[in-house]
Amino acid sequence: MSFLKVKNIIKNFGGLTAINDVSFEVGRGEIVGLIGPNGAGKTTLFNVVNGFYRPTRGEVFFRGKKVSGLKPHRLCKMGIARTFQVVKPLQRLSVMDNVVASAFVRAATKRRAEEIAEEALRFTRLYEDRNIVSRGLPLGKRKRLEITRALATQPELLLLDESFAGLNPSELNDSIEIIKAIREKGITILIIEHHMKVIMSISDRIVVINYGEKIAEGTPAEIGNNPGVIEAYLGEVHNA
Amino acid sequence: MRKNIKKVTPVIVLVILVLFPLVVNEYYQHLMILVLMWVVIGSAWNLIAGYTGQVSFGDAAFFGTGAYTAGLLVTKLGLSAWWGLILGGISASLIALPFGWICFRLRGAYFALATLALNEVMRHVATIWEDFTGGMVGILTLQSFVSKLPYYYIALGLAVIAIVVIRLVMHSKLGYYFLSIREDQDAAESLGINTHHYKMISLVIAAALTGVAGALYMNYMGFIDPHVVFSLHDISIMAILVGIVGGVGTQYGPAVGAFVMVAVQEMFRTGGFGLVSKIARASGSDLLISISDMISKAHVMGFGILVVIAILFMPNGIVGDWKKIIGLFSRKTQ
Repeated sequence: MSFLKVKNIIKNFGGLTAINDVSFEVGRGEIVGLIGPNGAGKTTLFNVVNGFYRPTRGEVFFRGKKVSGLKPHRLCKMGIARTFQVVKPLQRLSVMDNVVASAFVRAATKRRAEEIAEEALRFTRLYEDRNIVSRGLPLGKRKRLEITRALATQPELLLLDESFAGLNPSELNDSIEIIKAIREKGITILIIEHHMKVIMSISDRIVVINYGEKIAEGTPAEIGNNPGVIEAYLGEVHNA
Repeated sequence: MRKNIKKVTPVIVLVILVLFPLVVNEYYQHLMILVLMWVVIGSAWNLIAGYTGQVSFGDAAFFGTGAYTAGLLVTKLGLSAWWGLILGGISASLIALPFGWICFRLRGAYFALATLALNEVMRHVATIWEDFTGGMVGILTLQSFVSKLPYYYIALGLAVIAIVVIRLVMHSKLGYYFLSIREDQDAAESLGINTHHYKMISLVIAAALTGVAGALYMNYMGFIDPHVVFSLHDISIMAILVGIVGGVGTQYGPAVGAFVMVAVQEMFRTGGFGLVSKIARASGSDLLISISDMISKAHVMGFGILVVIAILFMPNGIVGDWKKIIGLFSRKTQ
């Protein structure tokens, strides 16, 4: 039984097919990268897995249970958390309050929620910034706040949507360290990323989609040498 | 030191409010009863609109339901209208429940429009269902007390309860969830918050408090009709003004807003507490007399101007922009 199973997902928006018959599986403890050119349907696929969209056809299974059609808050309680590509911090709240709000999912009391939040903030090294109003955070830290909030829900599966985009090299290294530490906690990660160096270095397996269809799946080395993938990214090879 | 001031201020204000009616005449007692009633309504509006971000244009629906519950207890069941303080809150919540369940599928302005519709529907029901509500004739009951003092202290008690309840709510899990929903519904949903469910909790608490205020109004005034208690501009819009002028999403904003708005309303109604008309009559000019008459009729327009000023210059209200206001006055002395 696989941990997360995406089975024959089709998602139509009116006449547009955003996802066409995509299937893949993620094993417990894996880091799986989801890549593809802009507009390939990566975030749409996330929205289906996370429950924001109901798939037109196909099913999603989490720990053997069918979860497609359930609302995001139900999935969060079952152990699926996500971050957003366009960061969505609770702007007028402090960093700490942001994280406490999400920690309440598994906390019976406010004190317990604060404990979970503090632990998560220490883990992602945002503890020093806990009293800053999140609107005032620089982008790199906002991205990390997204991850911290997701972690505070104590997930088993973490969906990361471009958590590395727009980071400078030192922030990038911090974030890679954090992702690796998250995996060591036993949390499974499905990650969308454009930064090839990052995705190649941290993923166990990579799924490539283009125009809403899966075009390749395999280890980073296999994907790097796959002609179909190279074509999707660099265009068709024309022989003169 | 500053922390102490923050802790002590509410206590001092409360002591002043307890002693206030003993030293002033009935007219000011009456005004303060209205202020305290608006503290309840404004605080309730602030919970759903200011903290939870679901702007309501239809508070009169809950206010009127509470008032009619109190009135009908007398005319239909022969009970005391004071039972309305409990049952009025419950019946307003019972209106809020199905309404919220259906209409919280709408977001932002669409939800606000739905609350506006609820306001109108409730007013028409109260007008048309004559057998039950008495229609346009309204409900007239005997007041329990001749003196205004008992009403004053009941109103003060309700205002304190409203502020304390909302304070407790906002410091609990509910408070965090309400703020999360205000800031970003999608993010809240993906963080495990059942947004539909918690928006309804917020609305039901707000509706209950507003209904209690309505029941108080019935008891105090002794007369209601659909156009008074389901009034769009005198209740629903006034509730929004109390919230905006005082400070949206602040704890004591609605209390300050209630005070200012009742004062403004009264100033318009009486033409600057009779000052304008006195001056006009003393001058003997027909133009000034007609202007003074117009002023007393123009309070709705005055409200409109006030909203524009508030939104332009202090979008966070008196409490939210307090430092800015202080800065404005202290700059000259520096």
